[in-house]
Amino acid sequence: MSLTLEQVRRIADLARLEMPDAEAEATRVKLNGIFSLIEQMQAVDTSGVEPMSHPQELSQRLREDRVSESDRRDDYQRIAPQTESGLYLVPKVIE
Amino acid sequence: MSRNDWEVVIGLEVHAQLTTASKIFSGASTAFGAEPNRQACAVDLALPGVLPVLNRGAVERAIRFGLAIDAKIAPRSVFARKNYFYPDLPKGYQISQFELPVVSGGSITIRVGEGDKAYEKSVQLTRAHLEEDAGKSLHEDFHGMSGIDLNRAGTPLLEIVSEPDMRSSAEAVAYARSLHALVRWIEICDGNMQEGSFRCDANVSVRKPGAPLGTRREIKNLNSFRFLQQAIEYEIQWQIDTLEDGGRIQQATVLFDPESGETRVMRTKEDAHDYRYFPDPDLLPVEISPNWIARVRTEMPELPQSMKRRFIENFGLSAYDATTLTASREIANFYQATVDAAGSELAKPCANWVMGELAGRANKADIDLNAVPITPAQLAGLVRRIGDNTISNNIARKVFEAMWNGEGGDGANAADRIIDAQGLRQVTDSGAIESLIDQVLAANQKSVEEFRAGKEKAFNALVGQAMKASRGQANPTQVNEILKRKLSE
Repeated sequence: MSLTLEQVRRIADLARLEMPDAEAEATRVKLNGIFSLIEQMQAVDTSGVEPMSHPQELSQRLREDRVSESDRRDDYQRIAPQTESGLYLVPKVIE
Repeated sequence: MSRNDWEVVIGLEVHAQLTTASKIFSGASTAFGAEPNRQACAVDLALPGVLPVLNRGAVERAIRFGLAIDAKIAPRSVFARKNYFYPDLPKGYQISQFELPVVSGGSITIRVGEGDKAYEKSVQLTRAHLEEDAGKSLHEDFHGMSGIDLNRAGTPLLEIVSEPDMRSSAEAVAYARSLHALVRWIEICDGNMQEGSFRCDANVSVRKPGAPLGTRREIKNLNSFRFLQQAIEYEIQWQIDTLEDGGRIQQATVLFDPESGETRVMRTKEDAHDYRYFPDPDLLPVEISPNWIARVRTEMPELPQSMKRRFIENFGLSAYDATTLTASREIANFYQATVDAAGSELAKPCANWVMGELAGRANKADIDLNAVPITPAQLAGLVRRIGDNTISNNIARKVFEAMWNGEGGDGANAADRIIDAQGLRQVTDSGAIESLIDQVLAANQKSVEEFRAGKEKAFNALVGQAMKASRGQANPTQVNEILKRKLSE
């Protein structure tokens, strides 16, 4: 399997990455290199092996349902580019 | 062609905010109504280097839901990243579940329609999974900028997905209402729709009966049962009109505008999100042991379906009464406690009083049943006095009103104290009733003559006079009997 230039542009677009044509082609070559590694791995017989969702064979530790955070809005807003009335301001987005 | 030539297919996705004190992946508070961003901690803001830590309370609520709908609870379930960009989602992805949700399968029984036309139906559920809520964007009044409040970001949600089993807007609303009642019953969600604690998305399509499924459009974010009904009705008609005019339905996400009563397209399939789900490397698989499930099971309250069946079988209530009395846990518990105190032979009058006078009075005063100034024991004391003929139903209403206003004191004897203090005891001494009736007959000769001349109505007038003369306290059955006897003498 290999990617087309158009697919690379689509992935870049979804990730909000600006990608000039030359870079897109270089990225396509790199990604296809990864695909060839995957192809090699797919040659291994894995029938009967349950897919893992995490490389470590551990299970999630759970936290008790308790409020442990205090209000540190002033600290966080001091490093924000722009705030008003307690809100973080960002360039206007309406979907 | 008309609406009847088409079959409607509806599936619902409901987002229920869970009642945990803290967020699903952070220790920030979930309390509603705080000042903007006072409950948004480093994890909720997605500051670099933070890691999510899963809240046991959120998982446990999902288990409760799974048990309540008789679903499969996954022994191992996985969190995944759902990637999209929006400023109220600062990580750039929502932590959700994709391949291995906590809950899969299960069903909910709904009751649709009223009276003779009412019918029951089972709606199958596809799955219910845990995820985090996003923050809120405010688009007005910030010099061309958007304001972001992340207090809601990270609030635990259970997304409950049904199979496309509903065939009308009425069925969809009945399902949404049943689900709403259930999540409140098992106390995993407060169900407050104004505050967005329970939000519905409806997938709607139409087809010719027997044909494959039509193309669906998804109506997003309906936050009242009325809007759910209106939006689906509009959408069905729009799809049928479009198809009958020779058009095609394009898969799309639409929004309902309550002002115009119309749905309008938000985005089509072409520009639909490609979420690129993958397992979140920050979270390990969640293991739910049989012991944990067993413990949660022992802590579950009796469920509405089981209580309803019991009310019908053990107390002889009608399906309608039993449904009304299990509409919420508050009314069900109040009723159960009243019957426990009054005795099950009085189950039917207890039902009438809880559904009628009590619920009506609470509604009028705009208070919840668990905040009414009358206890089940007090109400049971009142129903007993009707049962043993100490007072009539009419007088009982007077006693109820007095009790509501705090007269009579606490406990089962409150009704007795009011009856005695106000001298409301029913007169059952036939001698006393006879002399009362003699006076009434003497004073109403005209009615007596009319009755003897064949005018049946005059009899009721005489009963009324007799009841009035006794200030409502004469036993009505005895008044009827004695009056009949005297008039035929």
